[in-house]
Amino acid sequence: MRIALFVTCLADTMFPAAAKATVQLLERLGHEVVFPTEQTCCGQMHINTGYQKDALPLVKRHVRTFEPYDVVVAPSGSCVGSVRHQHAMVARAANEPGLAARADAVAGRTYELSELLVDVLGVEDVGAYYPHRVTYHPTCHSLRILRVGDKPLRLLRNVRGLDLIELPAAEQCCGFGGTFSVKNADTSTAMLADKMRHVLETGADVCTAGDASCLMHIGGGLSRLRTGVQTVHLAEILASTEA
Amino acid sequence: MSTFLGMPARAPKGVGHLRGDETFPQAARTALANPQLRRNLHHATTTIRNKSGRVIAELPDWQDLRAAGSALKAYTMGNLTSLLEQLEEKVTAAGGVVHWAADANEANRIVTDLVRATGEQRVIKVKSMATQEIGLNEALADAGITPVETDLAELIVQLGDDKPSHILVPAIHRNRAEIREIFLRAMPGVDPSLTDDPPRLAGAARKYLRDTFLRTRVAVSGANFGIAETGTLAVVESEGNGRMCLTLPDTLITVMGIEKLVPTWQDLEVFLQLLPRASTGERMNPYTSMWTGVTPGDGPQNFHLVLLDNGRSAVLADEVGRQALHCIRCSACLNVCPVYERTGGHSYGSVYPGPIGAVLSPQLTGVEDNASLPYASSLCGACFDACPVRIDIPSILVHLRDQAPHPRSEAAMMAAAAYTMDRPKLYARAQRAAKLARIAGRRGRGLPPPLNGWAASRDLPVPPAETFRDWWRGR
Amino acid sequence: MSSKDLILGRIRAARAAYDGSIPRDYRRSFPPADLNLLVDRLVDYKAEVHRTSDISGTIKMILGAGVVVIPPGLPRGWLPPDISVLPDESLPADRIAAADGVVTAAAVAVAETGTIVLDGSPDQGRRIISLLPDLHICVLRPEQVVASVPEAVARLDPTRPLTWISGPSATSDIELNRVEGVHGPRNLHVILLEAL
Repeated sequence: MRIALFVTCLADTMFPAAAKATVQLLERLGHEVVFPTEQTCCGQMHINTGYQKDALPLVKRHVRTFEPYDVVVAPSGSCVGSVRHQHAMVARAANEPGLAARADAVAGRTYELSELLVDVLGVEDVGAYYPHRVTYHPTCHSLRILRVGDKPLRLLRNVRGLDLIELPAAEQCCGFGGTFSVKNADTSTAMLADKMRHVLETGADVCTAGDASCLMHIGGGLSRLRTGVQTVHLAEILASTEA
Repeated sequence: MSTFLGMPARAPKGVGHLRGDETFPQAARTALANPQLRRNLHHATTTIRNKSGRVIAELPDWQDLRAAGSALKAYTMGNLTSLLEQLEEKVTAAGGVVHWAADANEANRIVTDLVRATGEQRVIKVKSMATQEIGLNEALADAGITPVETDLAELIVQLGDDKPSHILVPAIHRNRAEIREIFLRAMPGVDPSLTDDPPRLAGAARKYLRDTFLRTRVAVSGANFGIAETGTLAVVESEGNGRMCLTLPDTLITVMGIEKLVPTWQDLEVFLQLLPRASTGERMNPYTSMWTGVTPGDGPQNFHLVLLDNGRSAVLADEVGRQALHCIRCSACLNVCPVYERTGGHSYGSVYPGPIGAVLSPQLTGVEDNASLPYASSLCGACFDACPVRIDIPSILVHLRDQAPHPRSEAAMMAAAAYTMDRPKLYARAQRAAKLARIAGRRGRGLPPPLNGWAASRDLPVPPAETFRDWWRGR
Repeated sequence: MSSKDLILGRIRAARAAYDGSIPRDYRRSFPPADLNLLVDRLVDYKAEVHRTSDISGTIKMILGAGVVVIPPGLPRGWLPPDISVLPDESLPADRIAAADGVVTAAAVAVAETGTIVLDGSPDQGRRIISLLPDLHICVLRPEQVVASVPEAVARLDPTRPLTWISGPSATSDIELNRVEGVHGPRNLHVILLEAL
């Protein structure tokens, strides 16, 4: 299958390892990955901070860039959530019903990584090997906007050598929330403190998730406390092999 | 036609409790520094979440009930004028008197005049969000009338000279030991050997209020539902203070927001299943009273219904935001909200705290008067899942953020970012420049606000040697 | 312009419309009520339940000696012969409050929620009498029990004053835990008659 990678601006700029792993994993499974270089950012930060007008050209760009592809994947539940639930809304608010329809069409072909693997490609065992104690944070947008359910866990349970430990109060937000983390830094930090406490309770060496943004947040806190717990994107675990 | 067709009419300033003195982040900072408050909130919200989850799981058709509740409320909003007129007609035919209050000032004046006309100096009150919203207690006190709150939590708040912090449980920020202290300090005639055993605390309130119930001739209530088809009003409660207020006095004055309508009697079958399970986590709350006008020989023989706008019609005028009017005040969204759980209700500055407050208060007042509230959420989506009438609170938050006044520096930064991101070559250059952020170090030394808020508790990520697109090009 | 016209004008100007239907996919037909479930739910919310056909003996057992208020239409045969009965003929609140208990019938009961509904019929009386005494004894016939809330709503007449009762007076105001016993009757006894 020919799959277009929607890399997300955050993974592209700050966490390329997650994006590279997505490419390597899909190629290992026998698929062709293409990277439309006209893509930049889906506009979620603008939309969620109250700048829909500024986001409009980004939405247009995204739709234009990914329209030619049958299947689009992103290693981010949050950015896929924005494509699926916000792009058409921004277009409608700007009185562009044609764009809204096109945005909905692209959204219908856009998948978060675990959705693509399990629902579209029908794989739960990707042949990965990752000999670590791992706990999984489901991330709010994967859980409650995309409703990926236990797909990431099913993928993780099939990883050889991986010791999966359940995260207490997993469904609770880590406190990132995009610009929430700076506009309401105190509250965000209080939420993060509880998330980190739960991660540490598991005794895991690695905390994983399907979103680089939440991992940046949790990882930033764990690093500040010098806990030694690493944050690793789900794609990187699934791309790891014994060789 | 008339002037009202121009600007939507918001809740007026200078009356009521919809606007706080501080922004949300400022108020939250104070709350977060109070470990006792955080323990109380965590304990209470965790308890109710678990309880509610258990009784909701007993119903195989919960999602169908939510869908019906959501549609019924949308239908109500779409037919509000005719339903309100129908309600008025039915209440009047059943011996009640209906009053229309365009805003808080008018509602306060109507209620005050009605109480004055009875010659009474004291009213008993059933817990009501609408009367808190309009500041009725203050208006009555200014007129020399003593309002007595009879709900246990409201009593705790009133005796503690405190402010409510939750829609359902206004004293949620107090634990049993604190409640005992408040009672010992402020409740006249309290038994000095009172313990913090909850049944003993409830018993103390029973003893304290009983005589007041028996001797007060006027009561003021809110309403959970007003049924247009029949003119029936419903008050859902637990303690029996509601029954006391709705049954014993000669005169009953009910203040109801115009959005509290339900089209038909049958529709209650939906809301009476949704509300208790989402709210207190009970299959059914201990008491629900329903009355239609006046029943000769039973209960108050004078009944007044005050229909309150106070900004609701302005909310209705917003296509996205109007679903906030579907709220049935269960407070489930507060109990699941990670922001509410840590900051408590006072941080929101309005009688409507939590996620629903963050979308309702700014719309009632105009978003410029509550500009920080739409941002008081990480958009985690837990509120939408918990809402028994499926209000898409996160989407309304995003919509209101778009309308909120923005700091000039932020707006400039956002515009610059959008400009850059719409130009891939410029964007790629900016990405490479991100490596320069290494100068700030992982602790973000020298970062300007608001970015220093990140670095206070979280390390910055280490910028990679090359971006993904550079790697892709070199493959 | 009156405030009514002002408000209605504002609402019209808001131009909210709804052209969808109401999806009523929730359960609306139910099997016959499960009396055991009703008992379970009543007990769960701290009501005392007596399944018997001996009404007067059970009332005597609950009340012992004492004064009991009754609505004017309560079947006198339900009452034990040797207790003091105070029929409600416009009794003042103080006298009702001073009584040891009240006996009423009911209009409907809901098994799924453990709820009893009074509708002010002559065998249930004015709302005040089931409110002020600390003990409420409610006699329920099995055919009055329905399985669900929708069935109860369908059976009730909204023009009557209705009181839905689920267990004794309670509060969740202290740490969001349910505690029984505030302003309403602290003791609720339900006499559920055995089917004949």
